[in-house]
Amino acid sequence: MAYVTVTGGQEAIEAAKKLSDTYRLDPHQPPLDPAFIQKQMRLLVDRIMSEGGLYAPELASLALKQSEGDTFEAAFLLRAYRSTLPRNHYSHILDMENMRVIRRISSSFKDIPGGQVLGPTYDFTHRLLRFDLMDEALSPDDLSELGKSFTDRIDWKHETITFAKVAGILREQGLLGENPAWSDTDEPFDITREKYTSPAPRSVRLQALARGETGAMMALAYSSMRGYGSVHPTIGELRVGYVPVSIPHPYQEGESLYVGEMLATEVETINKFETNEATGEVEFSLGYGCCFGQNELKAISMAILDRSISDGGTAPAEDEEFVLEHIDSVEANGFVSHLKLPHYVTFQSKLDRIRATKQKQTEGGASLYEN
Amino acid sequence: MKTEQGFKNQSYNYAFLDEPSKREIRRKTLKAVAIPGYQVPFASRELPIARGWGTGGLQLTLSLIGGDDCVKVIDQGSDDSVNAVSIRNLVMETTDVSVTTETEAATIIQSRHRIPETPLASDQVLILQVPKPEPLRNVEASEKRTKIQHGEKNYNAMWLELYEDIVKWDHALFDADYPVMVHGRYLMAPSPIPRWDTPKMHQASYLTLLGAGREKKIYAIPPHTDVVPLQFDDYPFQVENFDSQACHLCDSTDTFLEENTDETSGHVFYQCSDTAYCNKVQNEKGDH
Repeated sequence: MAYVTVTGGQEAIEAAKKLSDTYRLDPHQPPLDPAFIQKQMRLLVDRIMSEGGLYAPELASLALKQSEGDTFEAAFLLRAYRSTLPRNHYSHILDMENMRVIRRISSSFKDIPGGQVLGPTYDFTHRLLRFDLMDEALSPDDLSELGKSFTDRIDWKHETITFAKVAGILREQGLLGENPAWSDTDEPFDITREKYTSPAPRSVRLQALARGETGAMMALAYSSMRGYGSVHPTIGELRVGYVPVSIPHPYQEGESLYVGEMLATEVETINKFETNEATGEVEFSLGYGCCFGQNELKAISMAILDRSISDGGTAPAEDEEFVLEHIDSVEANGFVSHLKLPHYVTFQSKLDRIRATKQKQTEGGASLYEN
Repeated sequence: MKTEQGFKNQSYNYAFLDEPSKREIRRKTLKAVAIPGYQVPFASRELPIARGWGTGGLQLTLSLIGGDDCVKVIDQGSDDSVNAVSIRNLVMETTDVSVTTETEAATIIQSRHRIPETPLASDQVLILQVPKPEPLRNVEASEKRTKIQHGEKNYNAMWLELYEDIVKWDHALFDADYPVMVHGRYLMAPSPIPRWDTPKMHQASYLTLLGAGREKKIYAIPPHTDVVPLQFDDYPFQVENFDSQACHLCDSTDTFLEENTDETSGHVFYQCSDTAYCNKVQNEKGDH
């Protein structure tokens, strides 16, 4: 049976599929419930939704189960499913001030209005393996007690859970430029429906970054911070929370329809100052990142790359085309992994050339180099 | 060596790192002391806090502490900031040394972005966490080339940068981490301390160690060393200006201040960034 033969190939594919299932499953263990993944692998699910460009926690969990935790494969599964769905609506621009915040920090301002909210984070826990999690035995009572210990502390009547944006403080003082205006009635350039070319509008850049691969984006953002580029911002504000999403009412002009809320991470970074060409004022420049789920590294990387591309330059992270063409995990994964396909024909052609060259060298090699 | 008892997490070695690792770090530290301002490469270890969050400083601290040491950890001037708390907790969890928030009481002070306002004594060691140890990085991305430039004492690109700032903006734009010449030989990044703190490094009586975990470098300023900011005669180095504002808690006008905005009134007020110093001044005032 050859790797390329049609009939043998069919059998091989079937057998490989079965074998994968036997590797995935253990006769002594119950199969993994995607609901467990959705809850207990929360951050991974968020990452896959973001890279898959589809807000669907259940499907992202299923994709993770199916791919045995391979994040590239899972995002790919989600992306492929996404292309079966019609694009019915574009939502209104999200009102991020209306976010039900679960975490919100500023590394620029110590006392931000409303205060810093550390929220769920591992940032300040020591990375020591918690061996007690090997066999975590918690009764349903323990678990509800754990939840109650937090909710009881909140005075729901008085607690503000939405916050004004920190960048506003600098903007009021004339130290930060305005965001480029975007009308809610304009349809955004949709990279899933149209091919873009560089230089692209900023809406293209933000879309591409919003579903780019976390690791790839982080590497490029890191390169800029290390000196291959010049963006090394401070975080004006990082916020994670649930934002309401609404769409224009399909029948009633001017009305909008609430379709639900989604978890998102938003980052605004403050960068070096420059002269605003329109106003002549010296202002800090802004970097912006926003993506599905709690996905902080990605949102920060996005804000760095957004700024880095705006500033431009010769480093990889400053080249819009370079960044946008290389951060998509589905595209990159597909092309890199295609090397596993048979290349017998092209390789035969290469063999022919190396043999011919060698022969020429031995026959007339002396003349090639001596002249 | 005190390894028998006294620290919480007995499943790890005293001060987390294994003894040969600590020895290697101490050797590199000695080399750094011997060549002021020179960046000594070292094999940075992984720690249970993230690279870039102070692991360079922490490795120096962990390799040095023992016996009767008393450690103070500050971040942005505060002992109570989340990162300082986290690092201090790790020191407490893996050693038996005492910890303090009082600058005077500490034998080792690990700091991020500040030098305490209280002048340090000759028997104290200041350890600074360094995110970007290479002062030439903004003008030269490649480590291979910056090494050659240091070897040749070729700092033209930095002088040019300073010159261009002055031509374009009429003053130097280097903010925190203002590049300094150490004893007339090496250009050095003093870690992102505000310019306010830079003069404290010049001819200090104590040892300053600087550790960059992610970039794997250790460097040092031994006691009584010249540390001079890059500057032109007609455009001298300048520290941050607070417009004679005073701290709203302790009334100090001679400290590095942080700007805060009152949430309801929008009123801007100032507060010492060094919280331990601010508390001390407040207490002294209360006593009189």
